[in-house]
Amino acid sequence: MTAPDKTPAPALRLEGIVKTFPGVRALDDVSFEVRHGEVHALLGENGAGKSTLMKVLAGMYQPDEGRIFIEERPVTMRSPLEAKARGVVLIHQELSLAEEMSVAENIYLGELPRRSFGRVDWKTLYANAQAILDRLKCGFGPKDRVGSLSIANRQMVEIARALTVDAKAVVFDEPTASLTDAEKVVLFDIINDLKARGVGIVYISHRMDEIFTLADRISVLRDGAHRGTLIAAETDEDEVIQLMIGRKLDLSRHEREAANLGAVALRVEGLSCGSLFEDVSFEVSEGEVLGFYGLVGAGRTEIAETLFGLRQPTAGSIRIGDETVSVTSPADAIARGISLVPESRKEQGLVLGMNCRDNITLPQVGDLTSGPFVSDGAEVAIFDQYRDLLKIKTPSWRQAVGNLSGGNQQKIVIGKWLAMRPRILIVDEPTRGIDVGSKSEIHALIRDLAKSGYAVIVISSEMPEVLHVSDRIVAMYHGRITRTFDVDEVTEDNLVAAISGIGQDKVA
Amino acid sequence: MAQTRLESARMPGAEDPAGRRGEKGGGMAGKRLKAVTGVLARQGILVAFALFLIGFALGSDRFLSADNIFSVIRASAIIGVMALGVTVVVIGGNLDLSVGSMLSFSTVLVVDLHDKIGPGPAILVTVLATLCLGAVNGVLVGVARLNSLIVTLGMLSAIQGLTLIYSGGKNVDIANPDGTWFSLFGRGYIADIPTPIVIFGLAAIVLHVAMAYTPFGRRIYATGGNPTAAVFSGIRRSRVVFSTYLISAFTVAIAAVILGSRVMGSQNNVGQGYELQVLAGVILGGTSLLGGSGTIWKTVIGVLILGFIQNGLLLLGFQYYVQWLVTWVVIILAVWLDIAAKRGRLLSPIA
Repeated sequence: MTAPDKTPAPALRLEGIVKTFPGVRALDDVSFEVRHGEVHALLGENGAGKSTLMKVLAGMYQPDEGRIFIEERPVTMRSPLEAKARGVVLIHQELSLAEEMSVAENIYLGELPRRSFGRVDWKTLYANAQAILDRLKCGFGPKDRVGSLSIANRQMVEIARALTVDAKAVVFDEPTASLTDAEKVVLFDIINDLKARGVGIVYISHRMDEIFTLADRISVLRDGAHRGTLIAAETDEDEVIQLMIGRKLDLSRHEREAANLGAVALRVEGLSCGSLFEDVSFEVSEGEVLGFYGLVGAGRTEIAETLFGLRQPTAGSIRIGDETVSVTSPADAIARGISLVPESRKEQGLVLGMNCRDNITLPQVGDLTSGPFVSDGAEVAIFDQYRDLLKIKTPSWRQAVGNLSGGNQQKIVIGKWLAMRPRILIVDEPTRGIDVGSKSEIHALIRDLAKSGYAVIVISSEMPEVLHVSDRIVAMYHGRITRTFDVDEVTEDNLVAAISGIGQDKVA
Repeated sequence: MAQTRLESARMPGAEDPAGRRGEKGGGMAGKRLKAVTGVLARQGILVAFALFLIGFALGSDRFLSADNIFSVIRASAIIGVMALGVTVVVIGGNLDLSVGSMLSFSTVLVVDLHDKIGPGPAILVTVLATLCLGAVNGVLVGVARLNSLIVTLGMLSAIQGLTLIYSGGKNVDIANPDGTWFSLFGRGYIADIPTPIVIFGLAAIVLHVAMAYTPFGRRIYATGGNPTAAVFSGIRRSRVVFSTYLISAFTVAIAAVILGSRVMGSQNNVGQGYELQVLAGVILGGTSLLGGSGTIWKTVIGVLILGFIQNGLLLLGFQYYVQWLVTWVVIILAVWLDIAAKRGRLLSPIA
């Protein structure tokens, strides 16, 4: 491939793409292009149509209207295989590798080199795979089993796969979601290398810093429509965010109203659960937001699950109000006024095939009865109330939750648990994988809940989030609480130190 | 304000309205086609039912006679009642393949006990014994969380053995079929309607209402749709699954009473193969084997379709075993069309 000249031709161009799903116009007359040797970032809130556009690019969806050009030749792509054959490769957010097979087999899956009688030519396979891995400077070999690799290295395998064809355009979908900083640097090198070879890169991400590091141009989608394309060097974060959400984003911290606290709602003393977490003590009062911050695996989710009756503690006590309790099951926890918005909305929070209303009322459906039957009116009333409160966007309550965007799905889960009117609300990663606009709405909501007297526990892996919503912050490291901060005494340094086990000045 | 520095609010290449209008025209026709396939996808089972009825009615003048229709529904009632229970199990996310041999067991039991302890106690004991078998399924699948396919396949075999041990391999019968009120269930009429049809209808209504309109039904749908989310919502999953197997066993007991009363005797293997017919009715009714979706009344339709197809083929002069082949083809087509409607095309590289 030759280096791009001054006015490079588009490697890939979409024109007037329309794609509708039942009740949703996912893409509305979207036009978009990526030139040879360019990184073109694609941004938008969840539900803006990024994923759909990407699937159209990769041949997984057929557009209802509109045309696709590769190097200005009109093409149709009926399957991912066809798209790949034409030089359009997608690097998935959710990896699609055969874990039990070797790295080399995965790279050449579906097109393994052959010898006579259809036997696999292992020698060529491994040699070719090694050459690609060398080019990517990977620290693993072609014979390694993919299942034994880290997530970052698996992503490298996906990228290696893309390099086996003469790629004209490569689409990266949230590639850094599970990478460490060091791994990110390697990935960016590879992207810049691809760019230098004249490949057109479509880069989808929520992370502004990455986008401004990498992108030449930035296109923004909102509500299924293309809202504009900006030149990265001539714009800034604020402008992009404003284009994404269609209004100004409130980034200010919440007003701290000191000492507006009610009684202690929950007091945990010396709680342990095997080796998952040990000797954990904290309390949270009505009207207070207690943040739990720490690395993944520090034991935060496990504490929440224990409070919610999903795990049984091996030591310690839980007091709710004035009463020492043992929470034996989620039903028991619910009866005691505890609600848990779980970490994974799709696996733990929602029945995706069920409609919005039934998901929201599920934990209390046994109480919404007239005679032996579920009261339709009572259910719809609850749905309407929380749809309005949380600004859930859905055509009707009959819509299956699986058809909603990530942010709206998360609001359904939150609504489901608010509708229980709990004393203590635990939210685990409340804004994971959702867009900036929904994020700030959910943050505001958490503050409002505290103000109206809920005791709220927020577990988060995002520092700005815990800082933004919490009154006090519990830092955890390896299953233990290393320090409890008042939010005013937190600095980035002492918080990071506390969750990394540095300078263990324990305050329990 | 952002607009001022927009490099291109609309991308190049939009200056081709004629070509685009052409595309839109194609889109309209496509939409109409989509509407048609949409209706087919949602109500395909009814459309297929109507087509079969019309086809058979044209081929045989006896097919649509009231006598024939009643006799088909009556003959379908036994499989139908069991299919209702199995639908509940399947919506809850599990399978029940043990219903066929459970039917053998319960029928042998009720017939054998009839002459020993009288019809009333015989029915009572049979219902309780069958519920016990269902409870075994329920404990193994619901509480011990074993795979339902393996558990109920094992129970299929185990119950067959239990039946033979109980009967010593001998067939059983009722000595005086004309002198017992037990004949009401299989041979009698209530308000001029054959009793099996009345029982099937009542059971369908009760279970439909329970599944569609009660918290209990809602919990079954949730458990089948996403067991983890159900647990996180405070639903006691083991209890829900356990109760679905009790319901299934109870419908088997009802079916056994109808069957025993109809035949006034029983072979040890009378229910052999019924599990597949039952499952066929459930699948034809559009209940997903993955759990979480399906409706009771569509199972009724599914069972009736099976019944009418089998009856129609006989009336058209085909041999009895042809119906096995046709039944299979119908089931495969039903499943295929269902999936095709969901993914929008017949064949797909990805599921």
